[in-house]
Amino acid sequence: MPTCLVVDDSRVIRKVSRRILEDLGFEVAEASDGVEAMAWCSAVMPDVILLDWRMPGMNGLEFLKTLRGETGGDHPKVIFCSVENDLHAIREVLDAGADEYIMKPFDGGILAGKLDYLGVAA
Amino acid sequence: MIAAQDLEFLAALCLKRAGLKVDPAKAYLVESRLAPLARRECFSSTEAFVAALRHGADDRLIWAAVEAMALPEREFFHDYKVFDALAHEVAPALSRARGGEPVRIWSAACGAGQEIYSLAMLLADAPGVGKVELFASDLSERSLEKAQAGRYSQFEIQRGLPARMLVRHFEKDGESFVLSPRVRQMVRWRRVNLMDDLSRLGQFDLILCRGVLSQLAPEAGGRLMEQLRAGLAPGGALLLGPSDSAGRNFVRVAPDLALYATAETRARSAA
Repeated sequence: MPTCLVVDDSRVIRKVSRRILEDLGFEVAEASDGVEAMAWCSAVMPDVILLDWRMPGMNGLEFLKTLRGETGGDHPKVIFCSVENDLHAIREVLDAGADEYIMKPFDGGILAGKLDYLGVAA
Repeated sequence: MIAAQDLEFLAALCLKRAGLKVDPAKAYLVESRLAPLARRECFSSTEAFVAALRHGADDRLIWAAVEAMALPEREFFHDYKVFDALAHEVAPALSRARGGEPVRIWSAACGAGQEIYSLAMLLADAPGVGKVELFASDLSERSLEKAQAGRYSQFEIQRGLPARMLVRHFEKDGESFVLSPRVRQMVRWRRVNLMDDLSRLGQFDLILCRGVLSQLAPEAGGRLMEQLRAGLAPGGALLLGPSDSAGRNFVRVAPDLALYATAETRARSAA
């Protein structure tokens, strides 16, 4: 079963994302910021990371840059997930190593489509 | 609640005008398709709108109802692998076979343009594809206007469109995302009722007709397949939806794609 780490400081978003991902056949873990997410990844790299941008402490972009420098950090498919819908901002995170981008709000169909495109559908 | 006799009337109307199969038992489907139109036309309810159609509405309103019932579900890159194969394998092969002549491609029920624009974006960037001419048609004028504008909401743009394609080919305008003129200008648009005589459109090297047959009554579907067969240039190919049945006059030519050639073309290439 593929694994997905949901990183978001909103408990509601984590809960909704977990439900969608579990319905799609993923084993799901949660982290509320970049530091907690790095701790997860140091223990075991997930197959997919659904990553918020604006978080206290280490934000999504800082986390992504750190992750990609780690051993095995190129393995997870990283889907940024943010309310930011400016195209320059989206380009910035793609250039930083994100594989996909979702603008909030989103639904299960949008997330499933991104996972399918990335070839990580369960 | 839409009256049973009004639903029967609507089903007969859609069949007569566009060959559409509408199940009178599915009142919820009729409601969901017609409610936005009824509101736009200032009717107090969908029931009142359908009743007005039955009791002598003008032709514009009748066509608007039929078009709303025919509205295809469309998203960008619906099955990315299909578009990847069309742009990087099928179109170059057709181009080689045409010896440099333009490859003519037709999206037969284009909705708001997501299907043909998905292919256009890939072709715009694909090396080795010769000249292509992209055509798109739909029954709905409203859908065609939206398609030509190339303007989509945040919700629509996220359905199937990879983020890298978004930042490469779209600009943000207010809360909408607008496709670049470069890609929009690759496509020519026309209102076409697939039940009309299609021979005036000429022949095409590739026809995309996904998710249409399942919406048509069997006899109308058979007529359409005959017309598509005549509309394929020699050596051309027809892309259907994965659950569509091509019938005995077509032969599947790719194991992973619902891509078909006419039986005549297949026999010629085997000879």
